[in-house]
Amino acid sequence: MSDEYDNNKSYQAQSSEVIDGSTGSVNPDIDYVRPAEVGEQDLYHGHSFIEKWVFCQDAKVIGVQYFLTAVFTGIVGLILSWLMRLQLGFPGLAGFMTAEHYYQFVTMHGMIMVVYFLTALFLGGFGNYLIPLMVGARDMVFPYVNMLSFWMFFVAVAVLMASFFVPGGPTGAGWTLYPPQTILEGTPGSGMGILLMLISLSLFVIGFTMGGLNYMITILQARTRGMTLMRMPLTVWGIFTATVLAMLAFPALLVSAIMMTLDKVLQTSFFMPTILKAGEVLEYGGGSPILFQHLFWFFGHPEVYIVALPAFGIVSDLISVHARKNIFGYRMMVWAIVGIGGLSFFVWAHHMYVSGMNPWFGFFFATTTLIIAVPTAMKVYNWILTLWRGNIRINTVMLWCLGFIVTFVNGGITGIFLGNVSVDVPLSDTYFVIAHFHMVMGIAPLMVIMGAVYHWFPLVAGKMLHEGLGKWHFWITFLGAYSIYFPMHYLGFIGVPRRYFEMYDSPYMTSAVGMNEFISIAAFIVGAAQFILVFNIIKTLKTGKKAEQNPWKANSLEWYTSTVPPEHGNFGERLPVVHRWPYDFSVPGAKDDFIPQTTAPSEVIHTEVEKT
Amino acid sequence: MSEQKIDGFELKPGFKGMASDTGSDQTMFKGVHWGKAMMWIFLLSDTFVFSCFLISYMKGRGSTIVDWPNTSEVFSLYVGGVPVPLLLIAIMTFVLITSSGTMALAVKYGYEKNRKMCGWLILATAVGGLTFVGMQVFEWSKLIHEGVRPWGNPFGASQFGSFFFMITGFHGFHVSIGVIFLFIYTYKVFAGHYESKKRGWFTKMKGDYVEIEILGLYWHFVDLVWVFIFAFFYLW
Repeated sequence: MSDEYDNNKSYQAQSSEVIDGSTGSVNPDIDYVRPAEVGEQDLYHGHSFIEKWVFCQDAKVIGVQYFLTAVFTGIVGLILSWLMRLQLGFPGLAGFMTAEHYYQFVTMHGMIMVVYFLTALFLGGFGNYLIPLMVGARDMVFPYVNMLSFWMFFVAVAVLMASFFVPGGPTGAGWTLYPPQTILEGTPGSGMGILLMLISLSLFVIGFTMGGLNYMITILQARTRGMTLMRMPLTVWGIFTATVLAMLAFPALLVSAIMMTLDKVLQTSFFMPTILKAGEVLEYGGGSPILFQHLFWFFGHPEVYIVALPAFGIVSDLISVHARKNIFGYRMMVWAIVGIGGLSFFVWAHHMYVSGMNPWFGFFFATTTLIIAVPTAMKVYNWILTLWRGNIRINTVMLWCLGFIVTFVNGGITGIFLGNVSVDVPLSDTYFVIAHFHMVMGIAPLMVIMGAVYHWFPLVAGKMLHEGLGKWHFWITFLGAYSIYFPMHYLGFIGVPRRYFEMYDSPYMTSAVGMNEFISIAAFIVGAAQFILVFNIIKTLKTGKKAEQNPWKANSLEWYTSTVPPEHGNFGERLPVVHRWPYDFSVPGAKDDFIPQTTAPSEVIHTEVEKT
Repeated sequence: MSEQKIDGFELKPGFKGMASDTGSDQTMFKGVHWGKAMMWIFLLSDTFVFSCFLISYMKGRGSTIVDWPNTSEVFSLYVGGVPVPLLLIAIMTFVLITSSGTMALAVKYGYEKNRKMCGWLILATAVGGLTFVGMQVFEWSKLIHEGVRPWGNPFGASQFGSFFFMITGFHGFHVSIGVIFLFIYTYKVFAGHYESKKRGWFTKMKGDYVEIEILGLYWHFVDLVWVFIFAFFYLW
């Protein structure tokens, strides 16, 4: 944007010799970076064990705390999915499984995976760890609030988990918590269960707001010298846009949670229409259940992109680094992320085609929904064009990235089916929907998380994860995930409804039984395969190979810290100064196939570098 | 547009200048304190919270099966046996808006390093906020005495009480939080923590008078929200 190189389209080579190091600047003007605007950050270093590792204000520790807590809830969600698949594949095999239990497991699995696992992992985990490092800051701008954010999240998780142990168990209303049934007797967990769920969600929103303010202000106001917006790694762009979405979408969740809590506790009728129960009129009356659906999905749809955008960003960086090529169409990628984020606020009612709203609404929301396919497709093309003629390293990280592209395209195409009202109506509430959203926002972001773990583990722990185990982990997960979700599309086409505890004597029995058994077995295997990663991490921490600094030869700032793993303050005495984007890979004429962001133009005089 | 200077930062004129400032390195909003930027973005998020409340209220009021209570009767005070509509609300609004004025003055004196004046004005703001909350308690108890409950009321649609208590309660909660912080800052200003650069109790960070302005932003926002609540509940 505004910079000092206005007249130079590119930095031309001026010498025939490749000069390494900062000797002899050819043109001192081209190395100029504006002086610092903001003074050094005042950092509080913890003194005791508790201040350093428990109530820690260092964003990196907070990131790891978020990560571990989210993974813990994720494992609970995984076990719940096993129990569900056990019932669906082999009805009656688990003696304790009643219909009520099944609904509770469905609900908790959904809520945990979407909110407490994926959102917390991407924004709380990767966001906290990577944002300050990638933009060249010493820490988040409000370390104390950041610490509170994690502990609020921790309490939210504790309250959520407590709902398993209250009388009546956790809520079984489905993760969308649609009223009126959610809080009426007869729905499992309509007593304490739903109450704890709503309290937990409110706490989560409050905690997230604290964290989100940190992520946004750190990115907007605390970048290092030379780090312009258009030189930020796409990871930061993805996390930033997702945070903006979260800051504007979570209010709707908070409000609907508060209103439903009052409906439950004080018998207000915000969402409760007049209800007849066993011939008796209940106290409720005059409320609007559809209002809840609108509020919920005004949160719920951006939530999909809160999970997806960080994944888009991270995978762009991983692909670029491991294909040794600059990301294709960086600016297009940035604008696509921002565009998807903006559009995501205008599509929410495509979750409500069968709710009975005006058909013209369906028309409007189908149009906006399909428009989102445009920037999304741009991104997919750009990932593929980045790979094209790249110097691709087929390591574990790259495998996860390729797996992501495939699953994401797959889930995206079924999304085009479901975005159209006339196609969606017959497919509503079938396994086709399950297959679609698990592919697009379950498996695809999870693949990115796995790739990111293998990529950044050497930075966090200073040791390299075992490649062989990683490849086993990938192939079992990838093929297994397809074995689970591909047949589900077919189940949906023949009309098998979702959220059914048992098929009883329905006509689906004959054709769906064998397939359900197959899916269940695949689900057990895929779930178990995730523990390969747990084993890999424990083994690596104990006996793993020590990682060199910057083992992947990446350019972005997180690999250029003073120590590995980075200490509190990240960059030692002086903050890095940035001269270029993080995608200068395989630049013709350069000595190495990568040029770190901190390398000044005069140090790479033999090369032609794109102006960034 | 001529060139503008904010805290020593030269802002380039025009849309192009804005674009280049925005896309430049280090900061997007030139010369804006981190805390101030944070408060603005928090307020944006909070705006969405209140918008969701008010839109739900409009939807709820528009689709009840029973008539909405006549608000000018429900909210009127009897002065010497004569009903005066909006009397209490007018006083409440006046007090709150006045406290916004004292807050703005406190910010001004804070930046002028006039510690005493700044402290007294923050205290006045806190007292104004407290008075507002007190009057809200009075209004709530009056309505509760007349039989208005969150789940029903004798005047009409049950949603009236639900929305009224929820939204004014949520706003009152905001005011109360603000009052607590105003008292804390009164203490900090009078004790001269900003001059002595004493570190905060919890955050361990050094403070500055900019904190008064940040709190002021919050306080003005709470007042602005009240104007909307006033319009939607009492004038509709």
